[in-house]
Amino acid sequence: MMDVLGQPVKRHEDDRLVRGKGQYTDDIRLPGMVYAHMVRSPHAHAKIKAIDTRAALALPGVLAVYVGSDLKDTVGMIPTAWIPPNAEMKMTPHPALAYDTVRYVGDGVAVVIAEDPYTASDAADLVQVTYAPLEAVVNPREATESDKPLVHQEIPDNVAFHWSVGADLDDVFAASEVVVRQEFRQQRLVPSAMEPRAAVAQYNPATEEMTVWTTTQNPHIHRLLMSGILGIPEHRLRVVAIDVGGGFGSKIACYPDEVVVAYAARALGRPVKWTETRQENFIATSHGRDHVQEVELAGTRDGRIEAIRVKAFSNLGAYLSTAAPGVPTILFGLILNGAYKIPQASVDVYGVVTHTTPVDAYRGAGRPEATYLIERMVDLYARELKMDPVEVRKMNLIPHESFPYTNPFGLEYDSGNYEGTLRRALEMVDYPQFRRDQESLRKQGKYIGIGFSTYVEMCGLGPSEVAGAVGFQGGLWESATVRVHPTGKVTVFTGASPHGQGEETTFAQIVSHELGMPVEDIEVVHGDTARIAMGWGTYGSRTTVVGGAALHMATQKIIAKATKIAAHKLEVSEVDVTFEAGQFGVAGVPGHGMSFASVALDAYLAWSLPEGMEPALEATAFYNPKNFTYPFGAHVAMVSVDPHTGDVELMRYIAVDDVGNIINPMIVEGQIHGGLVQGIGQALYEGAEFDDQGQLITGSFLDYAMPKARFFPQFETDHTVTPSPHNPLGVKGVGETGAIASTPAVVNAVMDALAPMGIRDIAMPLTPIKVWNAIHQQGGI
Amino acid sequence: MRTAPFEYHRAQDLDDALEWLAGDGDRDVKILAGGHSLLPLMKLKLATPTVLLDVQDVPELRGILLESGWVRIGALTRYVDLTRDATVGDSLPLLSQVAATVADIQVRNRGTIGGSLCHADPAADIPAAVLALDARLVLVGPRGERRVNLDEFTVAPFLTVLEPTEILTAIEFPIPLQSQQSTYLKRPHPASGYPVVGVAITGDASPHEPLSNVRVAVTGIGPKAYRAEKTEGTLKGQVPTPELFRAAADVAITEANMSDEPDLSYREQLTRVYVERALYQFYGGVA
Repeated sequence: MMDVLGQPVKRHEDDRLVRGKGQYTDDIRLPGMVYAHMVRSPHAHAKIKAIDTRAALALPGVLAVYVGSDLKDTVGMIPTAWIPPNAEMKMTPHPALAYDTVRYVGDGVAVVIAEDPYTASDAADLVQVTYAPLEAVVNPREATESDKPLVHQEIPDNVAFHWSVGADLDDVFAASEVVVRQEFRQQRLVPSAMEPRAAVAQYNPATEEMTVWTTTQNPHIHRLLMSGILGIPEHRLRVVAIDVGGGFGSKIACYPDEVVVAYAARALGRPVKWTETRQENFIATSHGRDHVQEVELAGTRDGRIEAIRVKAFSNLGAYLSTAAPGVPTILFGLILNGAYKIPQASVDVYGVVTHTTPVDAYRGAGRPEATYLIERMVDLYARELKMDPVEVRKMNLIPHESFPYTNPFGLEYDSGNYEGTLRRALEMVDYPQFRRDQESLRKQGKYIGIGFSTYVEMCGLGPSEVAGAVGFQGGLWESATVRVHPTGKVTVFTGASPHGQGEETTFAQIVSHELGMPVEDIEVVHGDTARIAMGWGTYGSRTTVVGGAALHMATQKIIAKATKIAAHKLEVSEVDVTFEAGQFGVAGVPGHGMSFASVALDAYLAWSLPEGMEPALEATAFYNPKNFTYPFGAHVAMVSVDPHTGDVELMRYIAVDDVGNIINPMIVEGQIHGGLVQGIGQALYEGAEFDDQGQLITGSFLDYAMPKARFFPQFETDHTVTPSPHNPLGVKGVGETGAIASTPAVVNAVMDALAPMGIRDIAMPLTPIKVWNAIHQQGGI
Repeated sequence: MRTAPFEYHRAQDLDDALEWLAGDGDRDVKILAGGHSLLPLMKLKLATPTVLLDVQDVPELRGILLESGWVRIGALTRYVDLTRDATVGDSLPLLSQVAATVADIQVRNRGTIGGSLCHADPAADIPAAVLALDARLVLVGPRGERRVNLDEFTVAPFLTVLEPTEILTAIEFPIPLQSQQSTYLKRPHPASGYPVVGVAITGDASPHEPLSNVRVAVTGIGPKAYRAEKTEGTLKGQVPTPELFRAAADVAITEANMSDEPDLSYREQLTRVYVERALYQFYGGVA
C-alpha cells in the first residue's frame, strides 16, 4: 500500500458536498419545527421608545413575538471571551435582544416565530418599533474624540481598552538617521461565507436537554458560552455543526441569534429554525479588520531598520464579539516586526466601539493588519533611501541561523529560512528582467510594478498557559480519539471542527500513514459535542497543527498497545516486534507476524491479552502545543496600471510558502489559492463602507465587490520545507498565509508602478477611481 | 411571503395577456418575463404588483424571424438565444456580442431582451445594441400596434412610454448592409457586472475609406442609454486616425447627460476612454 502522507489525495468530503448531499444547518428538518425571523434595527443608534407586536401576533400562523424585555431576566448577556491583559478592558453589555438602545443597523430588537418562514418574515414587517434616533459614530479614531456620541454610557471616549507593549522609543526615533511615517487605513471587510448563519434548536422537556444545530467553527466553545447565557448545564446542552459552509472567522462568535432561537424553542416547546438572509449576513454577521494605523519606522541611511512604533485605532463595532479583543492586540501587536530583525518596537492599540456591526476575526485575524503595515513600511523606507526593496528586505530578514528567534515583543519564532523562500521567488520572477521591462515600458507611458511581501505569521496558538496569559478565556490544546473497531477500521473523533479545510481527508492520511491502512477505512468525525468530549474548534490555522498533533499522539498510543498485544500473541518480546505498513512482524523472523486488523480483533475479543491489559483498542490524546508555529514565505505580485482608467491588472502572482511538512499538497495549494483571493480582494476590490448615520452603503453583492475567479491570473506557487521543530508532525498552519501575505504584495506592486508619479500610498481597496484620482491629483500622466 | 401578496396569472396568448392588462384599473398588473430584474425587486418589496402576468407561454412574443429587410426578435427571446441563434449571429453580430456580456450564464438563460428594455435600467447592455442597430420596438395595446425607437421608448431610469395596457411584443432590427462592421466595448462593474460604461459602434468601414452610416451608442452613463450623435458627426466621412478617435471621444463627453452623477470627472474620463478604445476595437475588427 502506498504511503499517502504527502500525497494529493482527493478530498473525501467533496463527494457529498459537490453533490448537494452535505448536511448544513438549514438542511435540518424536525417534526413540528417552526421558524424564526429577526426584527432588526434600521438605525445605527436609537432609543427604543415602544414596540407594538399586536399586528404581528394577529397574523394567522404566528406563534409568538419576543422582545428584549421578555428575555431580560432569564437570558444572560452575550459575552466576549478574550480579555487582553493590562488593557483595563470594559465590557459592553450585549443583550440577546436590545431592550433599551440599539447600537448598530442590524441590532436585534424582536423575534417572530411562525409556522412557516414566510409568515415569520411577513409578521416581522408588522412589528411596530418606535425609535428615537440618535447621532452615530462609525470611524474608530473619530469615535475617541470627546464630542462624539457614546456607544455605551459606561465606556468613556468609546475606548473599550487601551493595550500597549514596548518601551518609550522617543529617544530612538530622535536619534535615528531616517524616520518614515505613514498612516494606513485597514478597511473593513465582510467575510461573506457562502453559507449564511443558521440555527435550529430543539428542547426536550422530559430530559431537559437542549440540542442546538448551528453554523459554528467551534461547537464546544458555543456550548460553553451558551450554557452560561441560557443557564442550561453543559451536560444537557448539545451543539452540533455537521457541515459548515465556510466561516473565515465569522462563525467563531456566539451570536444573539442562536441564543434567541434556543430561548424560543424552550419557551414554545417546538423546534425552531432560523436562517439569515444574505442581507442580514451583511449587517449582522461579524466583519473583519477596520483599523486606522499611525506608523513610524526608524532606520539607518544604509538600510538597517532600527525601530517600529505603531498607534492603532481598532474598530470593534457596537459590542465586543467573542474573540474580538484578541484580534487587534495579541494577534496583531505582537508580530509587528514581521520577518525582520528589528531591535526595538512598541505598539499602542485603542479598541474602540462604534455604531457599526461588531468586528471579529476574519481570515488572518490581526496578522494581515500587522503584515500589511510592516511590508508597506519596508517599501516606503526603501523608497526613502532610494534602495531596492528586495535589498532592504535581504538586509533585515531574520537570518536562518538565528532560529529560534525572539522578537522584540518576546515571541519565539520557531524555525525559518526566510532568505530561502525569497531566493526561490526571485528565481521564479526574473527580477532584473522585470526592472528592465519596467524602465522601457515607462518610456512608452505604460506602468507596471512589482511588489514583495516577505511575511511571517503565527498560528496554531498555544500552549494553553499562554492562552491564559494573553487573556483568551479558553484552552488552546486539542483532543483526538482514535477508535479502532474490531474489524480494524478506524473512527477518528477530533475536537477541532473543520468546515471546508479538508481535515476529513488530511487526518485520515495521518492515520493511514501511521497505522498502515487505506484512507477509505478511516472516518473522521467532528462538530458534535455529544460525540466528542471536548475540543476548541477550527480557527487561526490550528486544526492540523494542534488537532493533527493530538491525533498523532492518540495513534501512537494505539500502536503501543497493539504492539504489546502482538508481542503477546506472537510470543516474542515487545522489543522484537516490528510494525510496518499495517503489519506486525518479528525482527529477524520473516514470515512470522500478524496484521493490525487481527490485533484489533484480539483486543476486542480479549480472550488472551497481556496480563493486566484492558480490552478494546481506543485511545484519546490531548495535545497542548509547546509554542505557536510560524509559517513564512515570499510573495511577489506583478501588476500593470492603466493610467487612463486607474485599472490595476494583476499580471502574475508568485507565492513561495513554507508551512513546514505538507500532508496533502493539493489541499495546501487550495488553501493558498483561497487565501490569496481573499487577500488580493482586500487590496483591490472589497471594502465595507458606512455613511455618517451608520448605514452600510455596501450592503449587497451589487455594491460589495467579492473577487471572482476571472479577476485572477493562474497563481504560481511553490514551497520550501522547514519543519516546525516543536510540533510532532513538523507542520505549520496554512489556512491564512495567502490572506496574510498577498495584500501588501499587491499594494506594493501598485505603488511601485505609480512611483514615477510620486504616489506613496492609496487607501485600500485600490479601486480604479481611487487610483485614477491619485494619478489625476499628481497632474495626470 | 417574502414578497407582497400577489395574484399569478399565466397568459395563454397575446389577447389573453392584453385582456389581463386592460383589467379593471384597480389592479397593478406587472408582466413577468424572465423575472431576473422583477423578482429581486419584489423580494425587496420595491415592486409590489397585485397581479403577476406570466407571459412565457404567449406565442406572439417568441421567435426570431427573418423578414424582408428586418429581423424580428420576439420580446421573450432570452439572452442565451441571442448568443446562439444563427440568424442573429449572421445578421446582427453586435446583438450577439452584447448579449454575451450580460451578467452570467444563469441570468442569460432566463433574462429576455424585452424584459431588459422594459425594465429600463440605465446600466444595461442591451440598449446599446438596440440603439446602435437602429431597431424599433413593437408595442401592442388595446388600440392596436405602434412602433417606437428606443430613445422615444425610454423616458428616464426605470420609466418607459409603455402604457399599463400595452405589451412590448418584438424588437425589429433593420438588416444591416454586408459592409457593416460593429463592436461593443464594456466595462463591467466588479460587483454587479452591469456596465459602468458600454459603447457600441456600427458603421460601414474599411481601414482607408471614409466612415459612413456610423452610429455610436453609449450605455451606463447618464439616466438612459443614448446615441452619441455629435460624436457620430465628428466621425462621419472621416478616415480613421488616432487624432480623429481622440477628437470623437472628446465630443462624446459633451453630449453625455452626467450632471447629476457622482464622481463626475472620473465618469467623463471613462466615457472618453471607452469611446476612444471602442473606436480602436471597431477598426481592429475591420478586415
